[in-house]
Amino acid sequence: MTKITSGSTDSIAIVRTEMVPDMPPPVRADGIVFWLRNNLFDSVGNTILTFLSLWVVYYALSGLLGYVFIDAIWQGTTGADCRVEGSGVCWPYISDRLNFFIYGFYPSTEYWRPNIIFALGAILLFLLATPGVPLKMVWGVSFVVVFPVVTFFLINGGGFTGLVEVPTEKWGGLMLTLVVAVTGIVASFPLGVLLALGRRSKMPLMRSVCVVFIELWRGVPLITVLFMASVMLPLFLPEGTNFDKLVRALVGVTLFTAAYTAEVVRGGLQAIDKGQYEAADALGLNYVQSTSLIILPQALKLVIPGIVNNSISLFKDTTLVSIVGLVDLLGSVRAGSATEGWSAPSIPVTGYFFAAAVFWVFTFTMSRYSQYMERHLDTGHKS
Amino acid sequence: MAKNAQAKNNSDTSGATKMEVSDTEVAVEITNMAKWFGEFNVLKDINFKVMKGERIVIAGPSGSGKSTLIRCINRLEEHQQGHIVVNGIELTSDLKKIDEVRREVGMVFQHFNLFPHLTILQNLTLAPIWVRKTPKAEAEEIAMHYLERVKIPEQALKYPGQLSGGQQQRVAIARSLCMNPEIMLFDEPTSALDPEMIKEVLDVMVNLAEDGMTMLCVTHEMGFARKVANRVMFMDEGQIIEQNEPEEFFSNPKHERTKLFLSQILH
Repeated sequence: MTKITSGSTDSIAIVRTEMVPDMPPPVRADGIVFWLRNNLFDSVGNTILTFLSLWVVYYALSGLLGYVFIDAIWQGTTGADCRVEGSGVCWPYISDRLNFFIYGFYPSTEYWRPNIIFALGAILLFLLATPGVPLKMVWGVSFVVVFPVVTFFLINGGGFTGLVEVPTEKWGGLMLTLVVAVTGIVASFPLGVLLALGRRSKMPLMRSVCVVFIELWRGVPLITVLFMASVMLPLFLPEGTNFDKLVRALVGVTLFTAAYTAEVVRGGLQAIDKGQYEAADALGLNYVQSTSLIILPQALKLVIPGIVNNSISLFKDTTLVSIVGLVDLLGSVRAGSATEGWSAPSIPVTGYFFAAAVFWVFTFTMSRYSQYMERHLDTGHKS
Repeated sequence: MAKNAQAKNNSDTSGATKMEVSDTEVAVEITNMAKWFGEFNVLKDINFKVMKGERIVIAGPSGSGKSTLIRCINRLEEHQQGHIVVNGIELTSDLKKIDEVRREVGMVFQHFNLFPHLTILQNLTLAPIWVRKTPKAEAEEIAMHYLERVKIPEQALKYPGQLSGGQQQRVAIARSLCMNPEIMLFDEPTSALDPEMIKEVLDVMVNLAEDGMTMLCVTHEMGFARKVANRVMFMDEGQIIEQNEPEEFFSNPKHERTKLFLSQILH
């Protein structure tokens, strides 16, 4: 095949006279059968393991699938319909109480208000999250600054809006979960970044303040933070000052998450090569410019998995707000199981299955989106 | 920009025709400078003056302090004793003055240090836009001009990671030039490159020297030193041990350490 003038390959002198062109790769044995044989049944031991695993999977899933789908009750109007021997979860209960799970004690005539917010939030998030959509700054500012204000006035109502006032005590269900989670995630992020930068500052005072803040909040369980915010805080504040319970929870969740975000971001900052800082300095960029244009874009890209991990964790931790008397999705599901007319043994379990499924859909979406973003932002090479 | 157009015309005529050294204008002046890393006295008794248009090559064994020395000139390293005056501005802890100096002093690093998340064009326009407040269109025009000068305009929209080492280093040089600096510092610009790529980078540097740029180069490329340097400075143990014109330096080194060093690297 090789064309070599000196003839025999035993010879020491070799001069190539003709370059070999690129050749296509050898044909790969493909297909499911080939894959199965190579990966699952390539030895006696592996074959036994494969069957053993299949049995375990079947054993675990058959019970679950049977309970959730096959033996489940799909039609009915009251708990009586679900009080069937050997039946699974009671889906009619979910569809009957769905509004309560989504809106909590929010008055049903005013559901259109949160609905507008849901739609607005989804549209803004879509515009913001989809690469290639123009005017990112506009959507970003709308989402972070305008949207929360609109949300508050539309959902809360009262005052100049001319809408029926619905105080935060009546907010609940998935709506409340989303309010707490989105506020927590969005507000804690910039704070966390600033804390991370502060912790790496050359100024001793700045550094100490950030270290103390981070270590303090990170060292306390979230449930304690929420409890302190709702029960202890009023004791320290002067008589008559009264913060909204939801606001107190939001502040607690935000500060708590910011401490975690700070440490994640710090990890990213440390991963950036010293040469990047030096190149930015040498070009005459000042601290704010080099940080925002050179360092953070690279560091934040590195810590996307960590930040999303935090966000997912926060999203699920919002369930803890029930400790201070706020009725989030899980809280409403728990409260819902006491609904009159819906008493059946399968009702609480049904509620938990539903809550778990909703949480999973949201967190899994976040996870997939983060993986997509990582790929999208990858310019292929490290510094 | 007229300066550059002229350089283009001159690039093929080798020789020192354009390499004029000013008699009066001082680019860098260092007096009694010393620096420590903790307890370690990395630079001592540094005294020299660089006139505008001079091309200095700094050589020496590793650990001799040559990189640290040129990094002091744009304050990537802080000196603890003596004075460094760059373009008439003394470097102190005054951040404003440091930024002022950095705007006029370009630097090229051993490992290029391009910004991997930005395209080549964005790498080049970033500092002019943010530091010099040049309008974007104009900055891009200047950037393309310098990319052409380093002979890779077709790479403008790629990311640094897609380029070879030699191309990346040429981009790094172009990036510095976009700030239109008075002085260029080179910190071993070819040490991380494959032999075949060294030449393409050196060609750009020679071209720059012919253009009259004041240059301080830490390098072991003795061919480059012979060709463009008007002074070679030899350092060891944090001190300047010998300094001379290239011809004399290479053919007739005086200090024992210099002789040993040259015998090791010139085969």
